[in-house]
Amino acid sequence: MSLETMWEGLQQAIHLIVTGDPALVEITLRSLQVSFYAILTASAIGVPIGAVIGLKEFLGKRLVKTIFTTLIGVPTVSLGLFLYLLLSRSGPLGFLQLMYTIQGISIGQALLVIPIIVSFTTSATESRDIRLRDLARTLGASELETSIAVLREASSAIALAVVAAFNRAFAELGIALIIGANIRGLTRVMTTTIALQNAMGETALCIALSIILLVIVFALNILTGNIGAIVNTLRKDY
Amino acid sequence: MKGLTTTQLALIAAAIVVVAAVGAYFLYPRPTTQMIVSTTTSLYETGLLDVLKQRFEQKNPGYNVSFISQGTGKAIDTAKRGDADMILVHDPPQELAFLNDGYGVNRKIIAYNFFIIVGPISDPAGISGKSPIEALEAIKAAGEEGSVFWVSRGDNSGTHAKEQRMWNAAGINYTEIRTQPWYLEAGTGMTATLQLADQKDAYTLSDVASYLKNKKQGNIQLAKLVEAGKDTLNVYSAIACNPQKLTSAKFDAAMAFIKFLISDEVQELFDNFGVADYGEALFKPWIPLMTSGSNPELKQWIEEYAYFEESECPSRFRYNPGNLYG
Repeated sequence: MSLETMWEGLQQAIHLIVTGDPALVEITLRSLQVSFYAILTASAIGVPIGAVIGLKEFLGKRLVKTIFTTLIGVPTVSLGLFLYLLLSRSGPLGFLQLMYTIQGISIGQALLVIPIIVSFTTSATESRDIRLRDLARTLGASELETSIAVLREASSAIALAVVAAFNRAFAELGIALIIGANIRGLTRVMTTTIALQNAMGETALCIALSIILLVIVFALNILTGNIGAIVNTLRKDY
Repeated sequence: MKGLTTTQLALIAAAIVVVAAVGAYFLYPRPTTQMIVSTTTSLYETGLLDVLKQRFEQKNPGYNVSFISQGTGKAIDTAKRGDADMILVHDPPQELAFLNDGYGVNRKIIAYNFFIIVGPISDPAGISGKSPIEALEAIKAAGEEGSVFWVSRGDNSGTHAKEQRMWNAAGINYTEIRTQPWYLEAGTGMTATLQLADQKDAYTLSDVASYLKNKKQGNIQLAKLVEAGKDTLNVYSAIACNPQKLTSAKFDAAMAFIKFLISDEVQELFDNFGVADYGEALFKPWIPLMTSGSNPELKQWIEEYAYFEESECPSRFRYNPGNLYG
């Protein structure tokens, strides 16, 4: 591809963005929707688990922590393959009919990022635990009140974990490709479009999607950088 | 308050949110009768299937068709797992196995075109104008000298299977050349393979439709070096999944789509699809050739190449075919 065609593609991409091309909007919204549900589920599961691991002492705690930390690095394609075998109509969970649906992709992405949320939440609560717990106890707080105080202190770090998890889910390709299969109008998300449609003459669309993907991830990172400040502002209301 | 309570509270809170989230998943709207067609990349990448989908759904509003684009081998595997309702493929031996194993019924040939050997315009192996067999021999010779590369799909697709059979027909041991440095396996779809061949100035086997489409788009510079002929036939078939074996298969939807594919409307569409852009039809319709007798030689080639027991679909592989076979 010559520089000229790249430039042409970029111009067309900007045109698509400015005019709000329906395919572009549809795919972007679907990506956001899929990853949003994934993060909602993952947070609902991951934050409590992480908090319990961080706040409680129990046998094998170190092992559990190691397992979750290791799972952060799971390749998306491996998880996608595993889910494919489970969700396929002939697989053990085939009756759920989640293959080739956005629900299937959401569940996969949720599983992908749960370890991130668990690990970050664990370390966030642990690091605040020791100092704060003693202080709270001295002030006569019960166990529950102490735990709540620790979680509140850790909230900005937990929010950061959720944002990082969203980044990973949103930019993920392996699961969306294997579970969704890039079906137009149904399971086509930003990353699968970029991966598969480029060669089919939809270069401009792919460049436009890449730009949007970058902008969203960039915006989230800026948000992450300032998240401590934002949370602190919110907490002034208490 | 005892320590355990925090855990319990956290678990209860988690359970509530999980139930809510799971509920939300199932409240997503889903199409009513959704049919999955697993199909070969060449049909898909040319954009033909998007046109077919639109027209079919217009005529049959009750159905929603989704295509999964894979190589023939993977497409058949997907269907065997019960993840598709029908297949559109182009490799007769693999199709026969699919029928024999009881997974497929009511096979129908829908269209044909040809494979071609493409390569760098400078043609360092000098294959231009040769027969496919001679061309492969020349490429192997030049490859062993280290002057050219061959790119294989390497993905168990119909094109890949055809390539293996062509090497064998040329008396060249496929398993042996696989290990040689001039033989590259892409392990990917047709378009990506053509691009790889283009970047490496290599030769490859392509279906004519994918080649023309990519050439027109400026994706590749490769030249068509070995032309269409009997040895390079490429025949596309539709097969419904057998609802007796694959119980989740949507047989009625699949049959409606297959009948649509051989209808006059779609066969005419084949005849015109791509003519404006590429100067020739990307896929040639089979039904007119079969019924009119306009080109008996070509018809005989296809029968020899893609018929099983002198039939598109021997009667033991038919299941409630209706008027599919006339």
